Amino acid sequence: MKNKMNLTKSTKSTLITIGMVVVAYIIMMILTKAGALSSLMKGLLVPLCIYAIIAVALNLTVGILGELSLGHAGFMCIGAFSSAFFSFCFKDTMAAGPRFLIAILIGAGIAALFGLLIGIPVLRLQGDYLAIVTLAFGEIIKNVINVLYIGRDVDGFHFSMKDAMALNLQDGGQVIVNGAQGITGTPKDSNFTIGAILLVITLLIVLNLVNSRPGRAIMAIRDNRIAAESVGINITKYKLLAFSISAGLAGVAGVLYAHNLSILQAQPKNFGYNMSIMILVYVVLGGIGNIRGSVISAIILVLLPELMRELQDYRMLIYSVVLIGIMLFNWAPKARVFREKYSLKRLLSKKTAKEEK
Amino acid sequence: MQVNSNLGNDLKGLRPSALFMYMEEIMSSFFSYLINGISLGSIYAIIALGYTMVYGIAKMLNFAHGDVIMVGSYMTFLMASSLGLPPVLAVLVAVVVCTILGITIEKIAYKPLRKAPSLAVLITAIGVSYFLQNAALLIFGANTKMFKSVISLPAIQLADGNINISGETQVTIVVCVIIMIVLTTFIKKTKSGQAMLAVSEDKGAAELMGVNVNGTISLTFAIGSALAAVAGVLLCSAYPTLTPYTGSMPGIKAFVAAVFGGIGSIPGAFIGGILLGVIENMSKAYISSQLSDAIVFSVLIIVLLVKPTGILGKKIKEKV
Amino acid sequence: MKKFTSVLLAVAMVATMLVGCGAKETAETPATETTTETTTETADGSAFKIGGSGPLTGGAAIYGIAVQRGAQIAVDEINAAGGINGFQIDYNFADDEHDAEKAVNAYNTLKDWGMQLFMGTVTSGPCVAVIENTKEDNMFQITPSGTAVDCVKYPNAFRVCFSDPGQGGKSAQYIGENKIASKVAVIYDSSDVYSSGIYQTFAADAANYGVEIVAAEAFTADTKTDFTTQLTKAKDAGAELVFLPIYYSEAALILSQADSMGYDPMFFGCDGLDGILTMEAFDTALAEDLMLLTPFAADAEDEATQNFVAAYQEAYGETPIQFAANAYDAMYIIKAALEKAGATPEMSVSELGDAMIAAMSEITVDGVTGANMTWTEEGEVNKEPKAVKIVDGTYKAM
Repeated sequence: MKNKMNLTKSTKSTLITIGMVVVAYIIMMILTKAGALSSLMKGLLVPLCIYAIIAVALNLTVGILGELSLGHAGFMCIGAFSSAFFSFCFKDTMAAGPRFLIAILIGAGIAALFGLLIGIPVLRLQGDYLAIVTLAFGEIIKNVINVLYIGRDVDGFHFSMKDAMALNLQDGGQVIVNGAQGITGTPKDSNFTIGAILLVITLLIVLNLVNSRPGRAIMAIRDNRIAAESVGINITKYKLLAFSISAGLAGVAGVLYAHNLSILQAQPKNFGYNMSIMILVYVVLGGIGNIRGSVISAIILVLLPELMRELQDYRMLIYSVVLIGIMLFNWAPKARVFREKYSLKRLLSKKTAKEEK
Repeated sequence: MQVNSNLGNDLKGLRPSALFMYMEEIMSSFFSYLINGISLGSIYAIIALGYTMVYGIAKMLNFAHGDVIMVGSYMTFLMASSLGLPPVLAVLVAVVVCTILGITIEKIAYKPLRKAPSLAVLITAIGVSYFLQNAALLIFGANTKMFKSVISLPAIQLADGNINISGETQVTIVVCVIIMIVLTTFIKKTKSGQAMLAVSEDKGAAELMGVNVNGTISLTFAIGSALAAVAGVLLCSAYPTLTPYTGSMPGIKAFVAAVFGGIGSIPGAFIGGILLGVIENMSKAYISSQLSDAIVFSVLIIVLLVKPTGILGKKIKEKV
Repeated sequence: MKKFTSVLLAVAMVATMLVGCGAKETAETPATETTTETTTETADGSAFKIGGSGPLTGGAAIYGIAVQRGAQIAVDEINAAGGINGFQIDYNFADDEHDAEKAVNAYNTLKDWGMQLFMGTVTSGPCVAVIENTKEDNMFQITPSGTAVDCVKYPNAFRVCFSDPGQGGKSAQYIGENKIASKVAVIYDSSDVYSSGIYQTFAADAANYGVEIVAAEAFTADTKTDFTTQLTKAKDAGAELVFLPIYYSEAALILSQADSMGYDPMFFGCDGLDGILTMEAFDTALAEDLMLLTPFAADAEDEATQNFVAAYQEAYGETPIQFAANAYDAMYIIKAALEKAGATPEMSVSELGDAMIAAMSEITVDGVTGANMTWTEEGEVNKEPKAVKIVDGTYKAM
């Protein structure tokens, strides 16, 4: 009986989260159709989905698995480049729908594969050491992609790590991945509907995993590794499972990213450690292990600097102050006392208590 | 790689004496790369010391450390170039400013979070880092400043001028060694140093024994930030351009160096820094100048897989 | 979740507060004063709304800020002289952080503001992304400094600067035809689109002009502090000349490190090197004999350049770099094209776009980055780079 209650509770929570996304989607679509949405918001719809997906993906690693990863932008980068490469090659020979579907599968699959390959040696490490190694992997991926040159001509594909001339392309050949200049001319297949669908699928995957038997095993490892091992949980297997799913979902975010812009370059800004850290900020702010929180905080933190454009030169400075302020507000002892005193819930309950009297 | 392939072609028909000269040339360029690597590594080491001490005592990754370096460089720049102070005085002012800055950051941003989850502190540190960068951007502007070297030592010529060791390189290496020795002595011989050791071992027990924990943590931040100022001056003397983002990449590299050597260990930071600098320069010279970062990070990963706590992690009891 | 609600509230509170304060704050900033004033003076439809975007924060901020300011000088001049076709210019500049995604956001923000003509973006990568949006809206776009080929791939886009292939090819031609050197080393930033773009065309063309590349050494954005290794390799390879298709802040480092190594080859660069002489506290003796192909020289003798430099120095207290000059010209190019087309602010974005595209191939503009500039239908500019050599700390024509 109790078990059943639990189940319905988690199902309810899942439904609320999914429902939230669906409602937000419907509102946005109505606003778009009515022409009431600003160009900025219209342009931000897909990025919002992208960052919400990657925040959920990282929360699976940080919150559910309990390991700190500073390399998720690297997985996003892999998903982006592998899928963009595919889409570019089949730009003229396939219809947009099936091509994008395959691109998503490729991006997710290759990112998950890398997650698995990296996870095997790395997940033995713990804490900050794991964090620094994932950071290192992210940087390696970015660095290697920046010196990667792939071209295509009548003889097939050519590959080089030096420069575009070393490809020795025949006349009429085409450089697809041009080192730091990246891939230019990826078809723009991403749109808000697909983004929202992918976000819902991501949420379903992660929330179902959390509420399943493997999910409970993963959380048992997080809470007490030795105890989990002693009851016969296969630590390596479950850690790898969570980590590669997380990497694969990050890859999906990368696919959306690559097909939203016509140019794809691996810059420190979009795929470097700075981005990994930014994603971590979304997760921590939304609550570690709180999937719904990740979605909300990703949306707020992506919107915040855009809405602060009026501040002009002071925009990023104030953004950083807000960041520090939120952290202090959330965790500083004095702020905690203050919050207890003036919390909304308490005020509300006081009110209702009075009314009851 | 370039050198090797040239060698292969040119060896045909060379007389032994010519061959000898060729070898000498290769050796001297190798030596140049090595010296430059050690010099770069020394700067990483000084920055890494700051990382490692703060980590050892506060168990936090102070991502803003790299930006304190930048502030130190700007201070020296302002004092020396704009106010015309003599270099020594300018450096002194920079050290004082950075020390105050370090203590202030600790008081405002980190101290209230001492009981918070470590991730919250990490993110606050990132916030502080963004803040310093953007504040510098507003105050000093985005334009690159040309940093005038504070070191006026003549270069040493070795091997008939084939090897050139600049004044900056000499001073950087010497300063790094001095800092290393002074710091080790400070921790071993003084009361405050012992207090640092105690706090890093067990905060609660140290407090019970009458150690002023808050004071010790402040002291650690002060020393770390002062070192950052010194590192900033050396960094910009050797590589004389200065922007609001000057500190961030050396900061991350130094963080890698600290982990490399075993975070929390002072000799570890020293060894990690020097090794990182040498590996970076050697891979640039002999493998690929584009892939040097990938190689540095790969070596780090391999080291950590073999020794999960870094080269000198845990083994050395001397943790700060 | 409870905790989250509190965070949410906090963010919302702080954000609204800040936006409120910020609006006041910006009005007080001198740099933006002019924009705010014109906004209040002119209602919709009575001014041309020109938007620009580029990096104002982050590592590339130096270029974005230069463009923002250079264009501002031109806008102030044009407005003071009676505007375009009798209409004032309303100018707004948004930060894109040198990131493709942020650039699209910046563009959309400007569109919400009512932008009719787009002067941007400053850097190539974001430009290639934004051009998809400008094409969709048929918005006229002129980039002051986006050098990649794809920056102007649609008919609605034009540029003020040279394209990457243009610069690489011209450099190889100049070095080869003037017999400056036959053994050349290249040091370039492989993580930068501008730099690797020039390098690629330079390398492709070098052999045609009898120039041999003996060493091609790259660095990346993450390793741009220590160049001694690259220089040592260039020295060992026996290069007579080192080609630097990079920006001046890295070039300054290379020059000073070469000097402390005791290595003294010839150095040759492109327009990215302009600005090296005016770097704060830079020892100009290091740049002695440096050769560069540049469309703009801040100490040129002609009146237009001198007026622009004087106005810029007065407003911002520093000497303008090539980016500022390109942006300054971009505004005058927009003015010339608008006058040619006889356009008015009442026209829609798309109508303006069509009119401007037609006008662009007909106009000839004399600017600070070149005389008699004309444009092809592909959006490329026709102008000649000036080859200059630094002698006694100033540019001398070669």
